[in-house]
Amino acid sequence: MKITRRHMLLLLPAAAIAWEYVRAGTPETSPNYQLSEHWWGMLIDLPKCIGCGNCVRACQAENDVPEGYFRTWVERYHVTDYDIEDPHVDSPDGGKKGFPPSKEAGGKNFFVPKLCNHCADSPCTQVCPVGATFISPDGVVLVDKTYCLGCRYCVQACPYGCRFINPQTMTAEKCTLCYHRITKGLITACCEVCPTGARQLADLKNPHDPIHEFLKTHNVQILKPSMATHAKVFYNDLDGSVR
Amino acid sequence: MKAFKDSGHLFRLAAVFMVGGLAFLAVRALLVPRSFGQYGHYRGIAMAEMAARPVNFAGHQACEDCHSEVLEKKSRGKHVHVNCEACHGPLAKHVNDPGSVQPAKLDTAVLCVRCHEANLAKPQAFPQVASADHASGMPCDTCHQPHSPAITDGGTE
Repeated sequence: MKITRRHMLLLLPAAAIAWEYVRAGTPETSPNYQLSEHWWGMLIDLPKCIGCGNCVRACQAENDVPEGYFRTWVERYHVTDYDIEDPHVDSPDGGKKGFPPSKEAGGKNFFVPKLCNHCADSPCTQVCPVGATFISPDGVVLVDKTYCLGCRYCVQACPYGCRFINPQTMTAEKCTLCYHRITKGLITACCEVCPTGARQLADLKNPHDPIHEFLKTHNVQILKPSMATHAKVFYNDLDGSVR
Repeated sequence: MKAFKDSGHLFRLAAVFMVGGLAFLAVRALLVPRSFGQYGHYRGIAMAEMAARPVNFAGHQACEDCHSEVLEKKSRGKHVHVNCEACHGPLAKHVNDPGSVQPAKLDTAVLCVRCHEANLAKPQAFPQVASADHASGMPCDTCHQPHSPAITDGGTE
């Protein structure tokens, strides 16, 4: 059949559509890892946290976090007896080198580890103008650093202050829930090194995960529930003064 | 072909729009990354790129495969649930090449106080000491064996 100009014009749009699929190729996935079988979160058992800073150091070692920036950090709260709404919070160097002795006795003293809450309705992914940050199908909020412009929109959108701009790459950076580890069947670096089990990785889609029993039997809260972020980092025995 | 007077102008205009439209589609196909939109409004391949990153902490399973004697010792003590790399640091390189990469010797005088130095904010039930009073500068492993730290009748193991 002779291809006339008319045929050519009809074929071009069809070829353009087909070309999209050719270029997309086959999706690359870890051999035994199914995105649809997981929904990741974390449990922070606050009464077990001793503020040793192991998680902060491990996170920096595992993820090459630049000095002075933190994907996870530990805060020390001191709630005085006379002003429970206004706690004193300190976090010297993110708690990486531990904490100096508390000056004020009395009241309540405790540690609160913080990290990205991997919200199911995350404000940070909604504001990205280029689709560089997203919630993966397995429930982890990630940043595609090759696509990020560094516009800082997400940094100010996060209600938990979990994002920063990496000074070397000038792109947004945050906790990836050790995505390179959990997809290989390991637990996150912070959970691996936590000596008391205060941090526990949780797979909410796994019916055998102990998180389900824990959530049923303990007083578990998330941070800033009023923001309707549906955070997936659960804090056991969270004091009302924690922000 | 003449539908009405000067209708050629309309056909030429349509042709210009068509060429423009095709050029737009071609440029878009070149600029939009291959896997964009595979799962949502982002590059689907970005997840595989992040998952490909090598690990630094090997995980306690990898340690226990070889060092079963330490596991046995730990199982009798309070540190049974403390994973190896909590104290020994990231050792994936040692796991990949046990012969040439050796873990550094640890200083218990520095390491133990990270967790056990007394602090008001620590849970009351957690064993804490004021290291200056408790050990007067001696390294902790003079008396305590880190893998099973309780001091038994037979002294340290």
